[in-house]
Amino acid sequence: MHVLAQLAADFDTPHVDYHALAPEVVLTGAIVVLLIADLLFDERTKWATSSIAGVGLLAAAVPVLTLAVDGVDRFMFGGGYAVDNFALLLKALFLLSGYIVVLMSTHYVEEGDYYEGEYYFLLLTSVLGMMMMSSSRDLISMFVALEFLAIPTFMLAAWRKRDLRSNEAGMKYFLLGVFASAVMLYGMSLIYGVTGSTLFSEIASGLSGPDSDPIVTLGIVFVVVGFAFKVSAVPFHAWAPDTYEGAPTPITAFLSVASKAAGFVALLQLLFGAFQFRSDVWQPLFWVLAALSMTVGNVIALRQTNIVRMLAYSSVAQGGFILMPLAVIGESDDASKSALTAVVGYLIIYAIMNLGAFAVVLAVARKTRSGEISSYGGLFTYAPGLTLAMTMFLFALAGIPPLGGWVAKFVVFRALLDAGGGWAVALAVVGGVNSVISLYYYANVAREMWFRPVPDGDVTPIRIPSALGVALGLTAVAVLVVGIVPSTVLDVVDKVDPAVLASP
Amino acid sequence: MDFDNWALSAAVFIPGIGALVMLLIPRTEETLLKTVALVTALVTAAVGVYLLVQFDYDNAGVLQFTQDKEWIEVIRSRYIIGIDGISLPLLVLSMFVVVVCIIYSWDHIPEPGNPKALLMLILILEVGMNGTFVAQDLILFFVFFEIVLLPMYFLIGVWGGEDRQYAAIKFFLYTLFGSALMLLAFLALFFKTGAESFAIAYLAENAGDIVHSTQILIFGGMFIGFAVKVPIFPFHTWLPDAHTQAPTVGSVILAAILLKLGTYGFVRIAIPILPEAARDYAPWIGLLAVIGIIYGALCCLAQTDMKRLIAFSSVAHMGFVMLGISTLTDFGFNAAVFGMVAHGLITGMLFFVAGSVKDRYHTLEIARLGGMLKQAPHIGWILGFCAMASLGLPGLAGFWGEFPAILSAYNPASGLSEETFRTYMVIAAVGTVFAAGYLLWLLQRAAFGEPKEEFVHDGHIHDMGIYETIAWAPMLLLIVALGVYPNLLFRVTDDAVQAALATVNGIGA
Repeated sequence: MHVLAQLAADFDTPHVDYHALAPEVVLTGAIVVLLIADLLFDERTKWATSSIAGVGLLAAAVPVLTLAVDGVDRFMFGGGYAVDNFALLLKALFLLSGYIVVLMSTHYVEEGDYYEGEYYFLLLTSVLGMMMMSSSRDLISMFVALEFLAIPTFMLAAWRKRDLRSNEAGMKYFLLGVFASAVMLYGMSLIYGVTGSTLFSEIASGLSGPDSDPIVTLGIVFVVVGFAFKVSAVPFHAWAPDTYEGAPTPITAFLSVASKAAGFVALLQLLFGAFQFRSDVWQPLFWVLAALSMTVGNVIALRQTNIVRMLAYSSVAQGGFILMPLAVIGESDDASKSALTAVVGYLIIYAIMNLGAFAVVLAVARKTRSGEISSYGGLFTYAPGLTLAMTMFLFALAGIPPLGGWVAKFVVFRALLDAGGGWAVALAVVGGVNSVISLYYYANVAREMWFRPVPDGDVTPIRIPSALGVALGLTAVAVLVVGIVPSTVLDVVDKVDPAVLASP
Repeated sequence: MDFDNWALSAAVFIPGIGALVMLLIPRTEETLLKTVALVTALVTAAVGVYLLVQFDYDNAGVLQFTQDKEWIEVIRSRYIIGIDGISLPLLVLSMFVVVVCIIYSWDHIPEPGNPKALLMLILILEVGMNGTFVAQDLILFFVFFEIVLLPMYFLIGVWGGEDRQYAAIKFFLYTLFGSALMLLAFLALFFKTGAESFAIAYLAENAGDIVHSTQILIFGGMFIGFAVKVPIFPFHTWLPDAHTQAPTVGSVILAAILLKLGTYGFVRIAIPILPEAARDYAPWIGLLAVIGIIYGALCCLAQTDMKRLIAFSSVAHMGFVMLGISTLTDFGFNAAVFGMVAHGLITGMLFFVAGSVKDRYHTLEIARLGGMLKQAPHIGWILGFCAMASLGLPGLAGFWGEFPAILSAYNPASGLSEETFRTYMVIAAVGTVFAAGYLLWLLQRAAFGEPKEEFVHDGHIHDMGIYETIAWAPMLLLIVALGVYPNLLFRVTDDAVQAALATVNGIGA
């Protein structure tokens, strides 16, 4: 007792900046309200939980905005938790993607007779984990954030509990996710062992020496491999197609966009922060991961007949594109800055395109009850609006101007050529060739929709529920605006300063 | 705010606005849709006429109607547009061809119908084409250059012939491959010149300092991008498929405008920015050009399908254009620009005729045609006229594209081997003989003689309709006008060509 009292007397209450934490606090509040509402509402009014979730996500975006206007970089807990432009921008991205996913889920969850309140509770919890992830500048808080965002998604992936494939999806995702966490944690412990700190800034100075310790190399490789699972980079992608196909479609969209983005956010913070002086270790690693992810993802995607599996492999390939700039971080200050712009810009634009594509998949499946690409035959004849939207999203993913995707591809190539050098240019050429390969399978879906007859002759129009319609409309407009006026995204992304990530 | 500053932006975006308006009109209002499309194209063309009138022909080498606005500040790309004597004829040609195509489409909507989508796609195509010809910033150029891909993909894929799906994706994949490398080359240029600007004028001034071996690589990237589009042998294999399968208006726009985007890229971007590398590449470009001339002609002789024959003749004609460009002389460049316009008009017309023949005979197999002069005399004579123009008969536009191009190879720019280019000249001259051969043979088989048994009593076969007349008359007139008075065009292009070649002549031999 005496010892405890003494400890308590020594304990320094950490300074908590509540404005900086406001987005997380608001979202936590929403989660609590959601849980209570779920208890009180009866079956007929359960739909309201989706509205609460949507409003909660938007409400949490308000303090993000006020913090951005304020514009001061805030650090808490000894520098382990940062609220700067980088963190804010990604928090906004996570909240808005979460909001679109809620819109996409509304009717899906309601009509599918799934648990509603719990679904949104887990979804919001995962978003909360992602928001924490974008502020983590410490190995422990990063690991906690990672588990926070991952564990709810394990359950969500298996949400269609009477469907074996959904069970398989959740199980596979869970086992491989836990395995990846274990590998990562082992790597983190090695790094902690060498540097004696979990804080990124201290790890960075601990690793800045000229001699390279094999244990450090091992630690970095393990941490990177752990996150490579998270972003489903080849050869650590095996879980993705099965999980994507089996999970409920809105969750697939969420996993392929938000969850993947969270992995990249963590990598960026590690590479710019903790491992900034060890680029010799991780640059070749990312070169290989990027080239493999693009090539393998694309080549396998060519063979897919199921649209969700196709989009799953496409997301592996798109992940490869986002990995490319990571291979040139640290080449020069300019190249690092370009690479940061490229990754963050790509993540934002990719979120728009991919969420949009999944929204169309959801809408079409309401009528065809099928995920086969051949079921899209003749879509143009009875659903021209959806066809137009899907065409826009697919060719945006392929990177064809004037649709948003070209900006994403462009900034990636720009980062590589900014670094210059044979390896970077070679990777850019690999990327260029891959963007051509990817066109084939995206255009293949367009071909079904535009050039082929309706397979079963059923041309009753598709009724799109209003929430899904809003999701479609928002993403479609955004993909066009970003493509024609790229400054809308790039100006914001440009405000992110790599120096803040390097030394908090 | 002067309209001069906005004229070019209007020329580029009016078709886009028209397409948006059409989006709001229901699909069943066909006449209204066609009217809106035609009015849009006409208004755009009126801007073109305004440009023609206001253009300062004494300063054709200087960019005019320029506009320089902020676009993507983060990557230092700006919305810079302007035209000189090289862009002006191509821009106006593009506006003109679109009008003609929309008139022709009035009663020629190919299967499976849906004029709304067809005409909207044509208007979106026009945005891309006009934009490419006015863009003076590489990223802006790239975006417009790519905008044409999607509409053309759908034009071929939805309204095309039997093998349309294959042809559409082949066209798309080939051009995209080229432009991926082109984009990398643009980026390399940007960073090697100090990461200051993507403006063509800026790059032309500063690219000289780049190490020679790097210049060669960068030029190689741009070369593949443009060569696929032209197309230069051996990158041409998408062209016969795309042309044969595309609907008539698709083929016309493809031949008349899209192929010119590639040659225009050489004249406007690749050569002025990297003159030293261009000099190293020139003999090889010339070689591929003459191979294309002979190869295209030989392929024409082997074709049994009229449309495919015309498609291969495009390969040969673009060979002449590329030969002119590869000499790096003002004479050759002038010939090349003239050749682009002439080929656009003549081959465009040939595709129109082929489309109308297909409508009537439901086949384009040359062996089954015949006696067109008896059954549809006007169409038969127009086919003859276009064949003559295409083979380079003096007095018609084709001559002024071909003949000076051959002649320019006699005396290439300093630093290029005279022996090599004179050899090319001889080969190209032989190519014109082949051209006369396959075109006259086509005419003889398709138009002369008696109509074939199966078509003698076919009530479908009638002479030119009213919309065909309205659409074709201006094109035929222009072919004659440019043939009789070529200075109409040379006077516009010459100063601009001198300006484009300034950097080439600036470097020592």
